[in-house]
Amino acid sequence: MTAATDLVQRAEALATEGSAALSTAASLDDLAGAERRYLGKASALNEIREAIKNVDGSERALVGKAVSSARAELEAAQTARRELLDSEAAARSAIRDRLDLTLGPREYVRGHLHPVTRIWRELEDVFVGLGYKVGEGPEVETDWYNFEALNFPPGHPARAMQDTLYVRLGGAESTLLRTHTSPVQVRTMESQPPPIYVVAPGRVFRRDTLDARHSPVFHQIEGLAVDEGITLGDLLGTVEAFIQALFGSDIEARFLPSYFPFTEPSVEFAMSCVFCHGAGCTVCSRTGWIELGGAGMVDPNVFTAVGIDPERYTGFAFGFGIDRVVQLLYGVDHVKNLWDGDVRFARQF
Amino acid sequence: MRAPLSWIREFTPLDHVEVAAIADALNQLGLEVEGIHEPGREVNGVIAARILDVVAHPDADKVRLADVDFGDGQLRVVCGAPNIKAGMVVPFARIGAVLPGDFKIERRKIRGIVSEGMLCSARELGLGEDHAGILELPPDSVLGTDVREVLGLDDAVFDLSITPNRPDAMGIVGVARELAAHFGSPFSLAGREPGPIVDEVAGASVVVEAIDRCPRFVAVAAQVVMGPSPEWMQRRLTLAGMRPISNVVDVTNYVMLEQCRPLHAYDLGRLAGRGIVVRLARDGEKLTTLDGVERTLSAADLLICDGERVPQGIAGIMGGAAAEVSDTTTEILLESAHFEASGIARTAKRLGLRSEASARFERGVDPNNAGTGASRALELFAQVASAVPVAGAIDLYPQPIERTRINVRTERVNRLLGTDLSSEQIAAYLMPLDIEMHGNEAWAPTFRPDLEREIDLVEEVARRVGLDQIARTVPSNPAKIGGLSARQRDRRTATDVLVGAGYDEVFTLPLLAPADLTNAGVSHAGLTVADDVIEVENPLRSEESILRPALLPGVLRAVAYNAAHGEADVALFESGTVFARPDAGEPLPRERRSLAFARAHHSRRSPHEPDRPVDVYDATAALEALVQELRIADLRLEAGPVDGFHPTRAARVLVDGRPVGALGEVAGPVISALSMVAPVVACEIDLDALLDARRRDRGGRAVSRFPAHSVDLAFVVDDAVPAGDIRATLERAGGDLLEHVALFDAFRSDALGAGKVSLAFGLRFRALDRTLNDDKVGALRQECIDAVVAAHAAQLRS
Repeated sequence: MTAATDLVQRAEALATEGSAALSTAASLDDLAGAERRYLGKASALNEIREAIKNVDGSERALVGKAVSSARAELEAAQTARRELLDSEAAARSAIRDRLDLTLGPREYVRGHLHPVTRIWRELEDVFVGLGYKVGEGPEVETDWYNFEALNFPPGHPARAMQDTLYVRLGGAESTLLRTHTSPVQVRTMESQPPPIYVVAPGRVFRRDTLDARHSPVFHQIEGLAVDEGITLGDLLGTVEAFIQALFGSDIEARFLPSYFPFTEPSVEFAMSCVFCHGAGCTVCSRTGWIELGGAGMVDPNVFTAVGIDPERYTGFAFGFGIDRVVQLLYGVDHVKNLWDGDVRFARQF
Repeated sequence: MRAPLSWIREFTPLDHVEVAAIADALNQLGLEVEGIHEPGREVNGVIAARILDVVAHPDADKVRLADVDFGDGQLRVVCGAPNIKAGMVVPFARIGAVLPGDFKIERRKIRGIVSEGMLCSARELGLGEDHAGILELPPDSVLGTDVREVLGLDDAVFDLSITPNRPDAMGIVGVARELAAHFGSPFSLAGREPGPIVDEVAGASVVVEAIDRCPRFVAVAAQVVMGPSPEWMQRRLTLAGMRPISNVVDVTNYVMLEQCRPLHAYDLGRLAGRGIVVRLARDGEKLTTLDGVERTLSAADLLICDGERVPQGIAGIMGGAAAEVSDTTTEILLESAHFEASGIARTAKRLGLRSEASARFERGVDPNNAGTGASRALELFAQVASAVPVAGAIDLYPQPIERTRINVRTERVNRLLGTDLSSEQIAAYLMPLDIEMHGNEAWAPTFRPDLEREIDLVEEVARRVGLDQIARTVPSNPAKIGGLSARQRDRRTATDVLVGAGYDEVFTLPLLAPADLTNAGVSHAGLTVADDVIEVENPLRSEESILRPALLPGVLRAVAYNAAHGEADVALFESGTVFARPDAGEPLPRERRSLAFARAHHSRRSPHEPDRPVDVYDATAALEALVQELRIADLRLEAGPVDGFHPTRAARVLVDGRPVGALGEVAGPVISALSMVAPVVACEIDLDALLDARRRDRGGRAVSRFPAHSVDLAFVVDDAVPAGDIRATLERAGGDLLEHVALFDAFRSDALGAGKVSLAFGLRFRALDRTLNDDKVGALRQECIDAVVAAHAAQLRS
């Protein structure tokens, strides 16, 4: 018979010894070793539990209780130690695996819109907001649409204002790269009856060589409103509205008489300088004004050419350069930058 | 057009009106002021003084001492100019005077002698480059008067940009008339016709053979003494931007500038046959103009010939050398003619020859000031060339041109301008412009050829009211609803997809050189290029001589440009118009919107993953993004050779079975030709065709609530078998229950055997309405395996 008291004493001793070992395990590996030794299947405590069956029946409970209490003590020590070691390990790995966010993000997958596209869209959106649709027309035009229908007869001195690039199609000088977006006015009026409220941004061409200040290709936006009761006052107010929508409500619009064969009365419009607000600076050549474009009431001859009754309908048209606005708003000095595809330029926008 | 204020004031006083107010008014009137030149602005405190005596400097050879009398006193100055002598009247800058360049005159000692100021050369007064000596003032100048007054420097010259519809404003008189109307200042222009009208003047006659091109010809004659014109006339011409030549020529220019009345003076003694014939040229006829250039004429050009029909000048544009006035001229015949505007414009344009006269004639000179202009010239010849006019004048004017009558409806004016003017107010606005008003009838003066229609007068009213006085409104039709079309929105989407895929948008010139196409490997049948390109008729240089038939040549050039500037790793795209020859019967080229993109060298380097060269799959990724975003129903790639691309790493892009473009790795020769850095992958598609394609419907699909079963299958097949074919077989075999299939691995190895590839697919099965049991999934898996094994001679890898 095994002496119950002996077993109880051994269990208590094991609890003391094992708790100390578990509590002082230096690493998770050491802890695992101590666990095997004091809590595993082959542990001395297990031997004691196995030995209970040899103890006298009345004393078994005494020994069982001692074993349970020893096990509880050991497990408490083990849990406490494991938590401590685990948190230490986590802290170490957190330090080891910390981020350097200054490495930058993963490959940056976002391209850039061309600055002209940005302003082009802004303009379209402003006019859509004012109730306009967006019209289009071909970049290669006939002399009729680019000049004649716009009241520029052959030999008209105003043709000399436009340095035209012709293409080798049809008769001599019959087909050309459009010098302005105004042919879209004619095409629009031919294709639909009034009321018409349309803007037409587009590419236009001049006989120029690409350099810092010139380009054979640039962008304009044309506007056309044809309806009953359209007045010159409507034109002035509309131009003022989009200038303020685009550049800010504190910017003023100025109009001076001008001449275009396809509008009458004709005006040119300017805005107060967005940089100096009229005080005079280098951008506005010290005038306080930045010239933007031309406009006017649609000439009755143009209405007649497209079959609209000029007695019933009146209308206005305006046009201005998009690239100029891009240069102003984005501070682009060199026109050439808009065309050479340099990513150092493109990625700024 | 340069208009000196002093000259304007000869016709309207503009009392007490500041220069700035006049400039503002000119702008308001549509005579745009491009600059104001005030020559005397920087000259202050310089007065006229007479040199009393010139004595040698005791200690210097090169400078002398001059005693000057400036009216209120006398002073001694030190002067180095060689031309000073007693009696001369000169500009004297006293102590405290300021010269151009903010040069302040101070008392200083020169070689020990105090100089009480300085005598000035023309250059020191900012009057040109002459620095040879002290400027000599007119001997009758009042001593002590400010030299600005003596020299007419207290003037302002307006540099005006005159629109082509306003020939009248190309004369001082026209500008003065506008200002007089604006400021309510009196305006006077005294003109008289020369006369009496005779058939011959000084024995010379005129014959006009082309009356439609020359509706009026006035000729007068005078005996003259040639020489320089007086200082005041030279100064005016110089201020107005013309070079003084001789008294006779200067007078003709003076009248042209003043009255917009071009004149031409001939040396009558050198005019063969003592007469003038106005006739059309013969094709190929030659004439050397005053500028020394031999001109070849056409039958549409109008000539002024001598009495023997020998050309002496191109009418209204430029004279010839033969009968030009010179030092030896003693008698002149003066031409004051009216030439039809468009004829002058055509000849000037064809010859590339523009003169001050042609610039006026082609806009439309007043036919009715030909006579008064000739009289004005005779008057000036008498003043400056001791002229003795020959009595009588020739005036060939068979059909006088009269004022145009125009009806002006008050209601129409107000309806166009948004104003509320009475007919009396309208008349009051128009009459100061020399428009005669009789009720609603307006009679427009002949110096305003732009006034022909009612609308022309509406514009005059708008100018006179002032654009800043017109209330600004916006059209109020509530039916106007703005918006982009579906196509316009789709184009924006396509652009945004490329930007989202990491591509930078570029614009390249739509004008190319033929070599750009060759460099890009674009043969005429290649890419999406039409059979032939369209040439520019009059390019400035060969680099911009054809219209681009495709975008890639320009985009690849941009890739090369960046590589040359240290940016080899780029992703670029362009969306723009390309041009092809017209369809049969059409006048204009076929214009399409094209979309091209290219990536070069490496995917951008990063610390997060290994660097890799770009490959064709980068291009297909961007294309796939377009397909997804635009819901293109059927876009396929058909591998095969495409010009400009690597022979086995290129494909055509098919939409709804039709070719719309190509993509691939750019061919080696193209990379070398453009000095790009390999590899470069690129794609160009016809954006219009892509957007015309059939789209997947927008309808949403139900999403299953039941669990999925994932199955991975790897097959070993011959590497000629396209992975897409196996995938299609799997999709067919899996049917509706195969929710998703994706290729996730492809590899070759010796262990698989030569020419073999292992392709691993992830499959996901799921039913919309129930949980699939293991038996069903097992059966589906087996059907997929069997189908691939049977269709592609595949082996399942275990």
